[in-house]
Amino acid sequence: MIEVKNLSKSYGSKLAVDGISFTAGESEILGFLGPNGAGKSTTMNMLTGYLSSSGGQALINGVDILEDPVRAKKDIGYLPELPPLYLDMTVMEYLNFVYDLKKCKLPRKSHLNEICSLVKITDVSRRVIRNLSKGYKQRVGLAQALVGNPKVLILDEPTVGLDPKQIIEIRTLIKKLGRNHTVILSSHILSEVQAVCDKIVVIDKGRLVANDTTEHLSHNLSADHKLTVQIEGPMKEVKALLEQIPEMQEVHLNRTIDNTIGEYELNAVEGCDIRREVFKRMAARNYPILLMRSSELTLEEIFLKLTTGDFYGNTDNGGARK
Amino acid sequence: MTAIMKREFASYFTSPLGYVYLAVFYGFSGLFLWMTCLSASSADMAAVFLWMFFIMMILIPILTMRTMADDKRQKTDQLTLTSPVSLFGLVAGKFLAAFFIFLIGAAIMLIYALGLAAAVNNSGSGAVFNWAGFFGNFVGIVLMGSVFISAGIFISSLTENQMIAAIGSIGVNILLCLFDIISNFVTVPFLKNIINALSVLYKYQEFTYGIFSLKNILFFLSLIVIFNFLTMRVIERRRWS
Repeated sequence: MIEVKNLSKSYGSKLAVDGISFTAGESEILGFLGPNGAGKSTTMNMLTGYLSSSGGQALINGVDILEDPVRAKKDIGYLPELPPLYLDMTVMEYLNFVYDLKKCKLPRKSHLNEICSLVKITDVSRRVIRNLSKGYKQRVGLAQALVGNPKVLILDEPTVGLDPKQIIEIRTLIKKLGRNHTVILSSHILSEVQAVCDKIVVIDKGRLVANDTTEHLSHNLSADHKLTVQIEGPMKEVKALLEQIPEMQEVHLNRTIDNTIGEYELNAVEGCDIRREVFKRMAARNYPILLMRSSELTLEEIFLKLTTGDFYGNTDNGGARK
Repeated sequence: MTAIMKREFASYFTSPLGYVYLAVFYGFSGLFLWMTCLSASSADMAAVFLWMFFIMMILIPILTMRTMADDKRQKTDQLTLTSPVSLFGLVAGKFLAAFFIFLIGAAIMLIYALGLAAAVNNSGSGAVFNWAGFFGNFVGIVLMGSVFISAGIFISSLTENQMIAAIGSIGVNILLCLFDIISNFVTVPFLKNIINALSVLYKYQEFTYGIFSLKNILFFLSLIVIFNFLTMRVIERRRWS
């Protein structure tokens, strides 16, 4: 559905996007993740033909966006970072304009009404866009992208500026849309991408740093052999005891709670489950374990790990996470 | 193209812009009609057209200042440029919308002419209204207005700021009409010929005498095409920058 091959964009001497490649198949939601200025919007603008690429290729349904832009654009619904709204029009006038602009063939009234109820803007459809709240404007932007029922939806930070309830609604909607559209969604909110997307592409400074399924990415980078434990007992002794476990590689004292409880970050040899061993040793000395969890990486951590190549900070500060 | 044209046309009336333009155009043309025809009991509208020519030089940039600049500022170009619309369709749509507004304004001249013609016929003097002169002037002003519109859209595509677009377009319009005067100061015959060939005012004047020369019509049409083409290039270039 969407094939990106070695896509690059340079602004003068600055390389904004540096040879990224990925694909998004039919009925797939692809999350596009990166810090501000990573090149997310630039990439999306190239995919939609708003900007031309300096190198590489972007294919929408097998059609090169630069070679046959009009045909490729027919299959795209695009919600840019700032919804492209004509503030002097009413919502319905605007959607009618987009309908004409996209040379849509679906029955006009029912199609537009369907979109309005889908993004829940039916009650404001007669109002002038200028007077709408930011959340509603964002929804009108989304509605605009849905006009013509395009096969590919490209949404640049679709939940920005919405309140938590609206965010959940829009996410649910995107998930629903993902069943019969190819969706590319950019975000710097990692939990959003985690909640909605099947696949994640991470870019940083214009470069692709990861391209994998959401589960795979968490799984590959997370580790059962890393544990966080809270143990009540003299810290030096507990630390020494923990270090005696043969598979143990590193023990960091993260922080102390009430001077008696220590929180430790344990790092064992990969593939080894040390949970039982930790329990036995602490039980033998009667040091209660108050908390034990495997340090499953959140996307935030995966993200930092991928973009900075560093997961634990320097050991001087007790191994606090960076 | 039609979608863009319809929206642009409607947008002139969802903001005060279209109304203000038409009001000023009608107001001034009425004033000049009264000054040069009605109060002087003359049926020769040439002076009205000449005055309106100068008004248009300043007024049309107000009409076109938003066309491209506002799209860029509000990022609505992200909608139009990512829709299945060709660049030609985009520019042509915007041009035609402004052109129709201009035409609605200019049509008042036709009403004035009909009134004057009726007055001339009823005067019993046996004189007839000079329709050839009128249509010469009318075609001239329509062509000239179209040139101003296409130049205005071009300038508007260069900036995000409407005021800069308006002032820039007024500058370009004045420059277009200054070629005649500039050529008087050029002594190099070769340069003088070039500047004379580019002179807009002189060719416009031929229309006002009721002379329809194909050469002049083509000259104005080429100017319109060139400015619209330049607008397309500016938009295209922005994608590649």
